[in-house]
Amino acid sequence: MLLVVEQFLNGLQFGLLLFLLAAGLTLVFGIMDLVNLAHGSLYMMGAYFAATFAAWTGSFLLGALLALGATLVLGIVLEMTALRHLYGRDHLDHVLATFGLILFFNEAVRLIWGPAGLALPLPAWLTVPVPILPGIHYPAYRLAIIVVALLVALLLYLGVMRTRIGMLIRAGASNREMIGALGINIKLLYTLVFGLGAALAGLAGLMQAPILTVQIGMGENILILAFVIIVIGGIGSIRGAFLAAIFVGMIDTLGRAFLPNLLRQVLSGAAASTAAPALSSMLIYLLMAIVLVVRPEGLFPANRR
Amino acid sequence: MKTFTVAKAVTALMLAGLVLLPLYSQLSGNIFILTLFTRIVILALAAASLNLIMGFGGMMSFGHAAYLGIGGYAVGMLAQEGVGSGFIQFPVALAASATYAVVIGALSLRTRGVYFIMITLAFAQMAYYVASGLARYGGDDGLTIYKRSDFSGLVNLSNRTQFYYLCLACLFGVVFLIWRIANSRFGLVLQGLRSNEQRMQAIGFPSKRYQLVCFVISGMMCGLAGALLANNTDFVSPAAMYWTRSGDLMVMVILGGMGTLFGPVIGAVVYLLLEEFLSQLTEYWALIMGPMLLLIVLFGRGGIMGLLGRLNRG
Repeated sequence: MLLVVEQFLNGLQFGLLLFLLAAGLTLVFGIMDLVNLAHGSLYMMGAYFAATFAAWTGSFLLGALLALGATLVLGIVLEMTALRHLYGRDHLDHVLATFGLILFFNEAVRLIWGPAGLALPLPAWLTVPVPILPGIHYPAYRLAIIVVALLVALLLYLGVMRTRIGMLIRAGASNREMIGALGINIKLLYTLVFGLGAALAGLAGLMQAPILTVQIGMGENILILAFVIIVIGGIGSIRGAFLAAIFVGMIDTLGRAFLPNLLRQVLSGAAASTAAPALSSMLIYLLMAIVLVVRPEGLFPANRR
Repeated sequence: MKTFTVAKAVTALMLAGLVLLPLYSQLSGNIFILTLFTRIVILALAAASLNLIMGFGGMMSFGHAAYLGIGGYAVGMLAQEGVGSGFIQFPVALAASATYAVVIGALSLRTRGVYFIMITLAFAQMAYYVASGLARYGGDDGLTIYKRSDFSGLVNLSNRTQFYYLCLACLFGVVFLIWRIANSRFGLVLQGLRSNEQRMQAIGFPSKRYQLVCFVISGMMCGLAGALLANNTDFVSPAAMYWTRSGDLMVMVILGGMGTLFGPVIGAVVYLLLEEFLSQLTEYWALIMGPMLLLIVLFGRGGIMGLLGRLNRG
């Protein structure tokens, strides 16, 4: 029972983290029609910035805030120097150009921080277990991730659906020329959206950093997961990304937690412990394949046109 | 066919270079260059196979490295089980790639555009995780192949020069096949589908069937490359199918010139030589390679072949 609740929460926490990453990706994808493979690099940069700034300032929170700002700026710079020129080009061009950016970022990180990973230690007040149900404790930090991510999701929803700038973003997604003709600076809008996406990716990275080590290439596996999520959820749909992210997070976590025991019923111990992680990773891609075959536009296609 | 162009001259020069390379290696005593070029030729074969579906078929597969792994694992697993004959290993590698391609293609071709890119990527990642889960065959760590495929005296794969020429012959064979396919009725239908699928369907062509056949042929060609690659490195691991490898193959095709016959070969040669050169120059070679890719995408329309074509006109 204890294990089930704990793993369930772990799944929720991982799913929400994936949502932060997928939200930025789906915004950029849905609005600028840009396939950004380098989104995972921004996630990585968020984690590296946080580890560095936290070490400098000696405060986890201050480091996180500074890292958030730094990824925002990095995203804006990246958009203005490189990605802006890719709008309206073929998706294949996007894939290649941002593939090049991944190479660049991985290498730049190796040059600046060295090949060894970094650690981002948590302050003491975030490491205590918190009672959530009678007799069940859960780490405060993971709980904090859940709260922060839910808060961000809510803000994002309100921002896109209820504010003027959100309205402009949605308008820009449905008709770029029209909104430009109405006197809106669409270029600036796109830059802002990209910066927002970068900051979300950075937030996901810096929050994940204390749980895993900060290392080169950390953004790549999770980026593919984020792509799977937006494809399942429907490209451009934040609601779809949210639901799909929770779903994928749950499957991944619960699969890893419970599949080894299930498999041990039919396989030998060693074979089960090698096959289980592979199988739970596969489950997600299997899910995506099924969704694409049954509903090629994703589960919640953004209602365009 | 009759006129002289810069692109043709460069292609001919490169092909001659590839054929004469073992001679140079022998004379100069530089064995490393032969090993390097064996790898280049094999990956050029893989890139050419990707070009068949990308350039001629208009199917942007981001999971082509899966076949490199499948072909490689077919060889590795059979060798592990004591089946050393290449006459069994290679047909099995091709059959396994074809089977995978039929299933994946049938499912993926229901989608289009960026969804197609993503679903092929997802399937390749699945293959990657399957390979990681094969405890009996090394799992994550990969599988060492202790004995290269045995072609009972016909060719000796352990002989560097013979193996190189085998790979080169396979490359030429595949490029020739692609040339024949591209100019056949089948190939013309495919290229028609690439330009306007709806119109072709209206004329009455069963588009998916044509595309699937092309997808399978391309997969088998890449499976062959996988089987050769495993023999070249005496090793196969899940990393062979990792998505960055698929990205590498795509870069080679685009760099050389998508939809041209020899473009992917040139692309593979240039990309891998550049990688080799830059990595000797500096440990941080990707720092240069990355932005270079970006620039190629931004300014180099049509890849190297496109560039050479413009040279000719200008």
